[in-house]
Amino acid sequence: MDALELLTWARGPGLNIALGIFVLGVVWRLIEIYSLGRRTDLAPARQHAGASGLHTVLRRSVPPPGMLRSSPVSYIGGFVFHIGLALIVFLFAPHILLIRDLTGLSWPALPSQFIDMVTVVTLVAMVVVLVDRINKPAKRFLSTFGDWFTWAVTFLPVLTGWMAVQHLLLPYTLMLALHILSVELLLVVLPFTKLIHAFTLFGSRWYAGRINAHKGVPV
Amino acid sequence: MTATLERGLHALKEVIDAPIASYFSSCVHCGLCAEACLFYTETGDPRYTPIHKLEPLRRVYEQEYTLLGRLKKGLGLSKPVTDAELDAWQDLVYDSCTMCGRCSLVCPVGNDIVYMVRKLREGMAASGHVPDGIRNATRRTVEIGGPMGLKWPAVANVIRKVEEATGLKVPVDQAGADYLVLLSSMEIVNYPEYIEALAKIFHKAGISFTVASDAFEATNAGIQIGNSDLAKVIVSRIVDAAERLKVKRVLSPECGHAYMAIRWEGPNLIGRPYAFEVVHVLELLDELRGKGMLKMKSKIKDPLILHDPCQIVRRGGVLQAPEPLIQEVAERYIPIADKQKWNWCCGGGGGASAIHTEEAEALRAKAFQVKKRQIESTGVNTMVTFCANCRIVIEEGFDHYQMDTRLLGLTELLAEHLEE
Repeated sequence: MDALELLTWARGPGLNIALGIFVLGVVWRLIEIYSLGRRTDLAPARQHAGASGLHTVLRRSVPPPGMLRSSPVSYIGGFVFHIGLALIVFLFAPHILLIRDLTGLSWPALPSQFIDMVTVVTLVAMVVVLVDRINKPAKRFLSTFGDWFTWAVTFLPVLTGWMAVQHLLLPYTLMLALHILSVELLLVVLPFTKLIHAFTLFGSRWYAGRINAHKGVPV
Repeated sequence: MTATLERGLHALKEVIDAPIASYFSSCVHCGLCAEACLFYTETGDPRYTPIHKLEPLRRVYEQEYTLLGRLKKGLGLSKPVTDAELDAWQDLVYDSCTMCGRCSLVCPVGNDIVYMVRKLREGMAASGHVPDGIRNATRRTVEIGGPMGLKWPAVANVIRKVEEATGLKVPVDQAGADYLVLLSSMEIVNYPEYIEALAKIFHKAGISFTVASDAFEATNAGIQIGNSDLAKVIVSRIVDAAERLKVKRVLSPECGHAYMAIRWEGPNLIGRPYAFEVVHVLELLDELRGKGMLKMKSKIKDPLILHDPCQIVRRGGVLQAPEPLIQEVAERYIPIADKQKWNWCCGGGGGASAIHTEEAEALRAKAFQVKKRQIESTGVNTMVTFCANCRIVIEEGFDHYQMDTRLLGLTELLAEHLEE
């Protein structure tokens, strides 16, 4: 199999298999989690301004008082790489073309030089949070194989995509094929690793907000 | 009922619901919860990272409720939760967690960690891995009536002394009263001035109240140990007395965990709403203040700070009452940086203060450094709080660090300065 054949497989059957596992996996996990339900709270509720599920979904996107100072790398690094990933995935012209081919939906792209810059910043931020995971006692203590593995499968698509665009190291066709394969790996493992937080964090924040709002506490 | 590993694992399976499944699935191991936990900030030991304290519960979730986990379990690839592990986890679930809930405020993915600790304790209790101190307090509450083994004649004696000191009647078992007053053993034994304060305030406001001879104890060790069956037995005493005496409202004492037990967990334990309302004493006092019925003749002059008990404020939702009340009676109230729902725990809630092993006491003293810093950074000599358990723990902290700080109870402080 040469590079072109690999690329053709990755773009065709490979992508279909990965997307299939991703979609079914996410749906399965969400059903598995949320069908467990919860018991109604029989204590009479208390009302308080700013206390609800939705408030908490929004509020937890910003650092609570004092936390930015105690963990600046987690927050700033985290913000930068999450926003960077979103910009790269959804606003890079070739990605929008792919999404249009798959769904028919389309929107304007950011200039590719800007995406280049965002990509470099995202890569740097991801390396910084990795170093922080190694350096900070609580983070290092909590870290398991899953944490290093999910970091790598998130980092690889960004790195290979950037290298393909920059024509670095390997011929373009081969690098592009590796880029697509790395994205497929990410899609396949996402539902079954901590990366599922991309979906469940909304449910988690909502539950925490709801459960505490019942007691009149905006959390 | 004998505690066994089997019962423990069964209890853990039973408590897992959609929020817990969502929380465990969302955790990215960022470790930010550690920064919110006084046992981590004061020791620097990563074992005390809140989410780590839940590891046995997480594994039961993974092995029982996820496809991949069940697959791994079926192939014999997963590590089962054992008695030895639960035993090793005891100090993480009890000694170094006061269920203060501060971690639940900071988790970026929204995990309500303390919600899960409460559930994990069900499994710890059912498998028998609980500290002796809390076990004994629970046994005394179930068998005798209160965590300190206090019986009614002793309480009646204290009430008689209160009547002598105040010249006011404290009605007992009086049907049709507006309020059924609950107490905590710690108040009866260590701070009877609280009962005097209540008698004065009720008398002044012209509100009728009663104490029930068969349901005076408000605290619920069943909740602290994590045994919902026992917690139900304990809370039912209050519900039965309140409904028999046909009171409109039940007054929770200052004690934080008592408030959590009777106000928030109670209806869920007995499986139905109450026929009465539960009010925390500060809510009542703030209500009276709002009506102009809580007039002070004088104010305390010393600069002071407030310690907001976790179970009343952050976890109980009595957010608004404490500040206006302290401002009513203090000339120089200094708001601290981490106040209200952000306050730091005294270090001894959730039953921790009942654990008297050398390690637990040393750890509590270390954790108390956070309160010490709050006091020292504001430069005050007086701190006011409204929880009998916090008071005991804070006073122990003062003794340990030989601090000459004065600690006052808010209700008593108000009663002391009440217009005659």
